Amino acid sequence: MSRKRLLSITASLLAGVLIAASACGGTTRGDDEGDGPTGTGGTANPDAEYRTGLSFAMLPKQVNNPYFEASSTGAETVAAELGGEYEFTGPSDASASSQVSYIDTLSQQATDVILLSANDPNALCSSLDQARSGGSVVVTFDSDVDPACRDLFVSQVDSAEVGLALLEMTAEQIDGTGEIAVLSATANATNQNAWIDVMRAELESNPSYADMELVEVVYGDDEDEKSFSETQGLLQAHPDLRAIVSPTTVGIAAAARYLSGSEYQGQVALTGLGTPNQMREFVKDGTVTEFALWDPTALGELAAYTGAAAASGIITGAEGEVFTAGDLGEYTVGADGVVTLGPPTRFNAENIDDFDF
Amino acid sequence: MSDRAPADAAPLWSALRRFASWDAVIIAATALFLVVAASTVEHFGTARNAGHIIVDLAPVLLLALVMTLIVATGEIDLSVASTVGLTGAAMGWMWNHGIALETIMPLTVLLGALLGAVNGLFITGFGLPSLAVTIGTLALYRGLAYVVLGDTAVADWPRDFTGWTLGTIGDTGVPNIVVPLIALALVVGLVLHCTPIGRAVYAAGANPVAAAYSGIAVGRLKCWLYVASGAMAGLVGVFWTLRYSSARADNAYGLELTVVAVVLLGGVSIFGGKGRLPGVLAAVVLLTALQNALRLAHVSTETLTVVTGALLIAAVLAPNLLTAAGDALRSRRRRAAASL
Repeated sequence: MSRKRLLSITASLLAGVLIAASACGGTTRGDDEGDGPTGTGGTANPDAEYRTGLSFAMLPKQVNNPYFEASSTGAETVAAELGGEYEFTGPSDASASSQVSYIDTLSQQATDVILLSANDPNALCSSLDQARSGGSVVVTFDSDVDPACRDLFVSQVDSAEVGLALLEMTAEQIDGTGEIAVLSATANATNQNAWIDVMRAELESNPSYADMELVEVVYGDDEDEKSFSETQGLLQAHPDLRAIVSPTTVGIAAAARYLSGSEYQGQVALTGLGTPNQMREFVKDGTVTEFALWDPTALGELAAYTGAAAASGIITGAEGEVFTAGDLGEYTVGADGVVTLGPPTRFNAENIDDFDF
Repeated sequence: MSDRAPADAAPLWSALRRFASWDAVIIAATALFLVVAASTVEHFGTARNAGHIIVDLAPVLLLALVMTLIVATGEIDLSVASTVGLTGAAMGWMWNHGIALETIMPLTVLLGALLGAVNGLFITGFGLPSLAVTIGTLALYRGLAYVVLGDTAVADWPRDFTGWTLGTIGDTGVPNIVVPLIALALVVGLVLHCTPIGRAVYAAGANPVAAAYSGIAVGRLKCWLYVASGAMAGLVGVFWTLRYSSARADNAYGLELTVVAVVLLGGVSIFGGKGRLPGVLAAVVLLTALQNALRLAHVSTETLTVVTGALLIAAVLAPNLLTAAGDALRSRRRRAAASL
């Protein structure tokens, strides 16, 4: 067969498929109104006791991240307290597809409570559906999935509050004027994007931020080297930059390391979300004035208690249900099955030595 | 006594060589591993787990099919995963613009073929090294994927289609995806091992000059292989997007390394001219099943990465050691014969 004939046959075949599809009315956006399974079903018994001997597994966005290791410590304490088994497992790269394999594994092992920080709001859904129909309780923490795909979500904090706190700290450090930039995690990271959106909206609407301008958002993909070189790039691209906001623990540490060894130390402010242990030396050497974070250990504890409460039938995930999370106190389930930990804590030279995580 | 030894060793060695071709070794190793894992790792041997393994290995297997042919011609295509990302992103863009999914799917495969043709043009038209060209398009296509979709994800795919990618044939528990996997593997296997095209592939890899003199259009062959590789990546782009219900610019990030790894593990020589498809298929199963078993056995992620890496080094080393052992045996035989 000659090349020309091969090409023309291929082309006409393709054209045929296309015409057939459009003529017969194919499937287009909005045709499908299907909805996934919702809620755990059943009724809550607020007086029930926590079940003992539950198996817990925490699946972070990626392992080898100090933030999730702190959460894991919290969840492990709760698992031990309730006489259960505990496992910390997950991919070494922050991608959704690798998390799917881990969820499949956990659902096969019939884990009672899966504590998940999701790398994608939708990609995990079919695996989570399978795990839940096998009897696992799925509690997301730190980063949520589509509410239809999980039982409850333990939010570290309200996203509006984080965005506002980030902007407030930045404004305080640069007297409310000048160019600022954001060094984020991955381009798809659910909560970083939500916080950045809050910051954008507030910069536009709040007159006290009128002199501040967000010039660029760059992505370090929660990788140390990439975050480091993105910081370098930001400073070269914007000579008038006054502040960098990095709402991710990997990013802020890498940016601080770059700043502390450069001519920009003390000239360009750096704030964001970081852990005290990572940031201590940079606060002491004057690179960083103030940053914030919630306590990830407490977040892990609350997630484990929430999962245990759902697995014990104390709560089902419906709005208004109340449960007691050990020493953390009493929590109420909000709309869409969200449980919120509390406001972020700010760390500076005065209080940083009081924290160890 | 001593004069009988070489006479005995010769048929033994040739028998051993017949059985010990690398793809036979890797197929045996895979079968052995599956049996051992099924009897020692809890939850490994279930039908449900087999289904998970098959759905997990599908993208790597599909990409490895054409990659086997490309590596056998002595070239490489490192842009496959980025092509999966870009075609997936384009798919999301078209869906957002109200095009029917039945139209989008062939267009996506066609786009993949075009992206492959760009590689082919640079490599065979301009005579540039495939390593350099496809590293370039690896970055370029991934970048374009971000241009198309930015940091958003398109996730509202119809359940009829996303369900199919994970579904099973009736109540048999056999994943739907098995049918296209077997069909495509058969087609590529037959082309490589039973047609003049396959013989041209090996000839072009073993000695391109000799191949050209014997009337094989080496450049045209390679160019079409890149088109096929791109089209396959487009197909995987469709599968990946529907399987995860998510078209994102970072879909399949870093997958090219796994694909090249299984092709080498399957016994295809990185210098071209050698290697068979059954070995590559076994390598895909071995690598996916190994990772699955280690996860089920609660092995930590760090150990999992180390084990995978060690396995790949062993895979590249072992065929060379086999050849070296064969040479040593032959030269000893020659010495023995000479001393008679």
